[in-house]
Amino acid sequence: MSGRVLVGVKRVIDYAVKIRVKPDNSGVVTDGVKHSMNPFCEIAVEEAVKLKEKKLIKEVVAVSCGPQQSQETIRTALAMGADRGIHVEVAGKDYETLGPLQVSKIMAALAKKEDAQLIILGKQAIDDDCNQTGQMTAALLDWPQGTFASEVSLDGDKVKVVREIDGGLETIKISTPAVLTADLRLNTPRYATLPNIMKAKKKKIANVKPADLGVDLTSRLEVLKVEEPPQRQAGVKVETVEDLVGKLKETGRI
Amino acid sequence: MANPLKGEVIRLYKNLLYLGREYPKGSVYFRERLKSAFMKNKDVTDPEQIKKLVARGEFVIKELEALYFLRKYRAIKKRYYEPEE
Repeated sequence: MSGRVLVGVKRVIDYAVKIRVKPDNSGVVTDGVKHSMNPFCEIAVEEAVKLKEKKLIKEVVAVSCGPQQSQETIRTALAMGADRGIHVEVAGKDYETLGPLQVSKIMAALAKKEDAQLIILGKQAIDDDCNQTGQMTAALLDWPQGTFASEVSLDGDKVKVVREIDGGLETIKISTPAVLTADLRLNTPRYATLPNIMKAKKKKIANVKPADLGVDLTSRLEVLKVEEPPQRQAGVKVETVEDLVGKLKETGRI
Repeated sequence: MANPLKGEVIRLYKNLLYLGREYPKGSVYFRERLKSAFMKNKDVTDPEQIKKLVARGEFVIKELEALYFLRKYRAIKKRYYEPEE
């Protein structure tokens, strides 16, 4: 086994930013807005780096698909301990329609090209909340998948994954090569401090175009409209219990 | 300032400044307080004292990292997971 792990990292609007919808309802405002690495992707990178520190795998390669700025996200992954990066350049219209299907095609092509043993992704991105890329990538490669992983352990050519599911926790054992998606409780991502960022400047980021990987980026989806969620109705204060019962009857609640 | 420690102090300042970009009350607020905290001790010459202050600065770095992590963890947990009864 090559001992190489691919980690997908996505550049998204920072989790703490208040999202604003564009006046023409075509999308959200991204110009001049703070962006950072998707929190679940941070957890994915941390898991890969931990595996390398335990000497269970040999190399962590951080991959990001997007415009020039995606390189910043790759640099953060390198600062967290990834060995090298691959920036798949997607810009303009292609980037606007870039979704899980296209990204999973890219990840699958890269996995074959780099002879990856594992692909670790975040379970979903906080901007589109698709929760599809990991699953689609596994399907395209015909690899087993361990999604919503809250615990991962390598044992020879098998991976034991504890998954967070609605009913509780499910433990599965899958063989490598495999795709894993990271859930919130998998680990505590380390912070990319300034000294680490400086050291990471020496690490290489390769530039690749989707065409080089033979991937067609055509989207089968069209965004028709983006709207804000409905405003919360203001509550009504009442003086007495009688008033409360009256109001409830009024609105047909009782 | 004792020469070999000058580098350490400047490095600490830069690291804290970098961390301050994400401070919840804003990076400007953080930078003002960071600068005044460092300026308050600018006349310290005793290497032992300086080392102690640098160690305190390193401690603040760890506290900030913990703050940022908890803030993010709690926000994501609130948004994506059912509240535990």
